[in-house]
Amino acid sequence: MSDEESVLPGPAAESGPPKPGATPEPGAVADQSAAAEPGTALDPGTVPEQRPASEPGPASERGRAPGGGPAPEPGGRESPSYSRVIIGAILQDRPAVVTVLAIFSALVLGGLIIAFSDTTVLHAWSVFFSAPGSAISAAWQAAAAAYSALFEGSIVNPHTVTAAFHGGPVGAIFYPISQTVSQATPEILTGLAVALAFRAGMFNIGAASQWIGGAIVVTYLGFAVSMPPVIHVLVCLIGGFAGGAVMGWIVGDLKARTGAHEVIVTIMINYVMYDVLSYVLDTPSALQQPHQANLISPTVATNAQLPHVGGPPPQAGLGFIVALLAAGGMWWLLERSTLGFEFRTVGANPNAARSAGMSVQRTWILAMLLAGGLAGLSGAVTIQGTAPFSLNTQSYGTYGIDGITIALLGRAKPVGVVLAALLFGALNAGGTAMEAATSVPVDISEVIEGLIVLFVAAPPLIRAVYRLRKSQAGAPEAVAKGWNG
Amino acid sequence: MTALAVTARSPVTINRRLLAAGALTAFGLVDMLIFGLFSHPGDATFALALTGASIKVPSIHVPGGPLAYILGGASVLIGIARLAVTESAVFRRLGIAAVLLFFVISLLAWSDTGSWAHGIPVNVVSLLQGTLAGSIPLILGALAGCMGERAGVINIAIEGQLLLGAFMAAIVASAVGVVWIGLISGSLAGGLVGLILALFAMRYLVDQIILGVVLNLLISGLTGYLYDRLLVPDATTYNNASTFSPIKIPGLGDIPILGPILFDSTIFLYITYAAIILVQVGLFRTRWGLRVRAVGEHPTAADTVGIKVRGIRYGNLIMGGMLAGIGGAYLTVGSVGTFSKDMSSGLGYIALAAMIFGRWTPLGGTVAALLFGFTTALGSFLGSITVPISPFLLNMAPYVATIIAVAGLVGRVRAPAADGKPYVRA
Repeated sequence: MSDEESVLPGPAAESGPPKPGATPEPGAVADQSAAAEPGTALDPGTVPEQRPASEPGPASERGRAPGGGPAPEPGGRESPSYSRVIIGAILQDRPAVVTVLAIFSALVLGGLIIAFSDTTVLHAWSVFFSAPGSAISAAWQAAAAAYSALFEGSIVNPHTVTAAFHGGPVGAIFYPISQTVSQATPEILTGLAVALAFRAGMFNIGAASQWIGGAIVVTYLGFAVSMPPVIHVLVCLIGGFAGGAVMGWIVGDLKARTGAHEVIVTIMINYVMYDVLSYVLDTPSALQQPHQANLISPTVATNAQLPHVGGPPPQAGLGFIVALLAAGGMWWLLERSTLGFEFRTVGANPNAARSAGMSVQRTWILAMLLAGGLAGLSGAVTIQGTAPFSLNTQSYGTYGIDGITIALLGRAKPVGVVLAALLFGALNAGGTAMEAATSVPVDISEVIEGLIVLFVAAPPLIRAVYRLRKSQAGAPEAVAKGWNG
Repeated sequence: MTALAVTARSPVTINRRLLAAGALTAFGLVDMLIFGLFSHPGDATFALALTGASIKVPSIHVPGGPLAYILGGASVLIGIARLAVTESAVFRRLGIAAVLLFFVISLLAWSDTGSWAHGIPVNVVSLLQGTLAGSIPLILGALAGCMGERAGVINIAIEGQLLLGAFMAAIVASAVGVVWIGLISGSLAGGLVGLILALFAMRYLVDQIILGVVLNLLISGLTGYLYDRLLVPDATTYNNASTFSPIKIPGLGDIPILGPILFDSTIFLYITYAAIILVQVGLFRTRWGLRVRAVGEHPTAADTVGIKVRGIRYGNLIMGGMLAGIGGAYLTVGSVGTFSKDMSSGLGYIALAAMIFGRWTPLGGTVAALLFGFTTALGSFLGSITVPISPFLLNMAPYVATIIAVAGLVGRVRAPAADGKPYVRA
């Protein structure tokens, strides 16, 4: 939440003077030339982060850009070779590099956990000294089998491709990726909800409560009201946004009026809303399905459901487009509008914002309201867009907590959030397939996600493990805030 | 920031007296207008001994309607007094406690006289026993939070400490077959989480709130994964712990009413008593406590006079984690013996709320935790006699109370000044 603000101007300003202890000139040139474009490169620079396996990917793109320009140093020194530029760029602890290394490290650790909780592997290792090769290969096979099942369940399964050449269904090729997108859709929106609050200097743990607030409104509008097709969808989406916005507004308003810390208030409102959800689903006059003992709502009308793209098997629906539009809207708000500028200023330094004449309290309220609305929209696309089309006490899943990890991994930027949500969507969708194929529990996805975010949040750790050079001398690593503000 | 908090709070401070009086009066009116007007004929029975107890204590029989009117009237009077007379802090707190107690008694009397109760008495002893038992993980978690935050490190990972403590206690006690070793392993697991928290917060300067949330996620995933991978396939070896049996303290355990509540329980309750006293006295009456609080309020000043800021913080987080780990162990080897996925189910977050509710003091946190424990016990009792009140409304009461508390309506709460800020020596 913290360093992305300082990172933007950071490298350009800090890496000017070559570091005393560093390698001779080429390294410093790489510093400077790489630092010449970070301001613009950071947003698109997050794009290659999504390739955990091929870590040279981002580096080669990065190395090429400055290499074409001011590569030969005027002082008559030898011009830096491409490889040196690439290595120099990798060895910087730039956010993209740290993210890629964090994902890589988490996958390695996750693989170790998978391997060393497997009984055959443990047995092979218990006789390690008689057959060390088989112990290592057993560990490798266990992890590789799990990860390839995960890949086949989330990106593409080669068998469906070969089957398609032999007359199988072409749609089946896209089934895994559509699962990933479907998993990612609500999480993009909760991720945006957390990210928007981050940018305004607040930590929104309440995406779950805002999700529920939105989902309750959507479900009610969905089954109790009858409207023409397109209008019903829109009314439900707006209702979801409004339902979540109310929940967010309560948090922002309490913070602005009384100074109540948003973290503790959102945690408590989460629990209140879990009970409110159970209560309305337990009350026949509210949301409980008629003649139903279980806590489940009626299904929303067909007119209110979001249409799917391309028939039943691929589940990716219009909800994904809604999520992308929301991400685009948030990008415009933050980067192009006055209100977004106020959000970012208050987030960076509330005292400075106040001195500049901005109303910090108003900004908190508005930011939480919009953040809540985004989480409410997540509830809307889930209810209107995925299978049972109804609400139950488990519908909110882990969207709220995943929103936090996604926002952290995406560095609170809309593009980053979308990519992070797709990565986590792939881990979740692939994890389910992996559990079915190899009996490795799906919970490993949660472990890998947690590890990724832990490493992303601790750049000094990644730097120490991979011997990266520090690029921002003296810049604070984290701007942690206590309960007092 | 603090200046802002003060100015933002001032309008509430002016109205607080009015608000408090209004709230107290409202409770009294609910007593009278709901539990009084809609009362059922017949007497409510409050049993003061467990069924089958050796010492007989006569039960109390009171008519529900008149009781509600009297207690409601008293509550309204307390509300009016709050508005009219300037009372000392002690009287204010006693007034709030009395009004809440009157409300609960009216509610119980109303529930017990209803036709759904079939004459089952309200067993006060078992209700309070349940309260204490349910509060053990909350109290220990709140103490863990207190230890960390008084030294200036926010500990949101209490939830993870409870969960990992429960997991390790169950698996080790099952594998080894000795419950004591399970208890110690649970405690060490909590301490390990405390160590990781300290390491990442102080060495790698990760934002402490983010860190806590991520650790909770990680531990939930890890224990869930190992549960499915190891515990489910081989439950008899790994998830089949025996539990501690209750120890009745000779003499004290025979006191009518109080004995079975306070002095006839597992070792966990006695550990909790000791921990409350140790942390409270330690923090406020010893040299060590003064140093901890100095580190939490102003680490630079503490460092200047030679106090080891990092050492204190590491120590406190590890010790606090070990306390929370015992609380986690209670969930398995203290009560049910088996581990289940995510079995801490948010207790760590409630412990965090209890600590904040209790204004960062061990005793305050304990009282708040008991309050939360009581609502849970009350909810399960009312559920057992099938009272036609939605259990979900009752369940949300502690959370709403916490929101009201942190919004400053019950009085201002202030965290230690350096709470959550990493200390980097200049």
